[in-house]
Amino acid sequence: MSEMWTLVTSESAALVALQVDAARIGIRAADLEKLTGWATKPEGFCLGDRCVPAGDAVAADGTVDVRRFAARLGRPLIEDARVKAILLGDAASDRAAQLQSLEAPDFELPDLSGHMHRLSDYRGQKVLLAAYSSW
Amino acid sequence: MALDKDPESARPWIEVAKSTHPSLIDTRFLLSDLYNMVNVPTILWIDEQGRVVRPNDVAFGNNKFQEVTGIDADVHKAALRAWVKGEKSAFPEDKARSMQSLPTAEHEEARAEFALGRWLAAEGQLDAAEPHFVRAGELAPEDFNIRRGSMPMRNKDPMGPDFFKMAGDWAAAGNKYYLPLPE
Repeated sequence: MSEMWTLVTSESAALVALQVDAARIGIRAADLEKLTGWATKPEGFCLGDRCVPAGDAVAADGTVDVRRFAARLGRPLIEDARVKAILLGDAASDRAAQLQSLEAPDFELPDLSGHMHRLSDYRGQKVLLAAYSSW
Repeated sequence: MALDKDPESARPWIEVAKSTHPSLIDTRFLLSDLYNMVNVPTILWIDEQGRVVRPNDVAFGNNKFQEVTGIDADVHKAALRAWVKGEKSAFPEDKARSMQSLPTAEHEEARAEFALGRWLAAEGQLDAAEPHFVRAGELAPEDFNIRRGSMPMRNKDPMGPDFFKMAGDWAAAGNKYYLPLPE
């Protein structure tokens, strides 16, 4: 039996039908792709050119176990049954590889007036990135 | 880049500074995630090719809190000026790489807990958010962007008793609150 849960990402939160029990959290492969970008294919879970073997994460009916999917990608999965929400985090190995490449990860953030700025817009100039907080 | 609960928290600083550089707001703590930042202030130098030539370091804009922080703002400013003017090169790649601190799986789990806590808090579900904030802090006790940064979302004062107790316990256990690059 499926129920509506919220899948939270850093950008958004979307309601999605999940089959949740102690053994697995089932999601339709199409929903998984829509919400995470990862497609379920014969060769495994694929994002662009990168594919990771799915192992036993895909059930006979084609649904994907979100727990095993997260484990396959080395990504943390936070579950909260009380509020029916899950959040898929980032793989430490992906983050570490990005940092060790020394390519500054690109991002887009707003200023006070809501105007968006992209780090890569400043290519060709030296950049001092300074993170601070009101606290 | 202000890592804050909302734009209004950062507005007074940005308006007073009237700076000519872009002042951005990061309510999603995206920079923490992307650059493995664990505290503020954190600075990095990025060259014309978009490459990190000075990884995460601690530097202040002035010496107002030098007695507390033990960090002289002028040292970084002089180094920055010399790099920008081309008088001195930044770190070679191997050196920059060796000075980076990389995230662990536990730390990414902490960030995921923090992210779920933030979402729940923004939804007004403070009681549901609290265990996620607590767990995030347990998983990454060295991450003050999580432990202190979550305080305004939990009706705690990030400059009040909760913060001083946290910083005091951290120091009493033999840890440093600010970790500038060795140099």
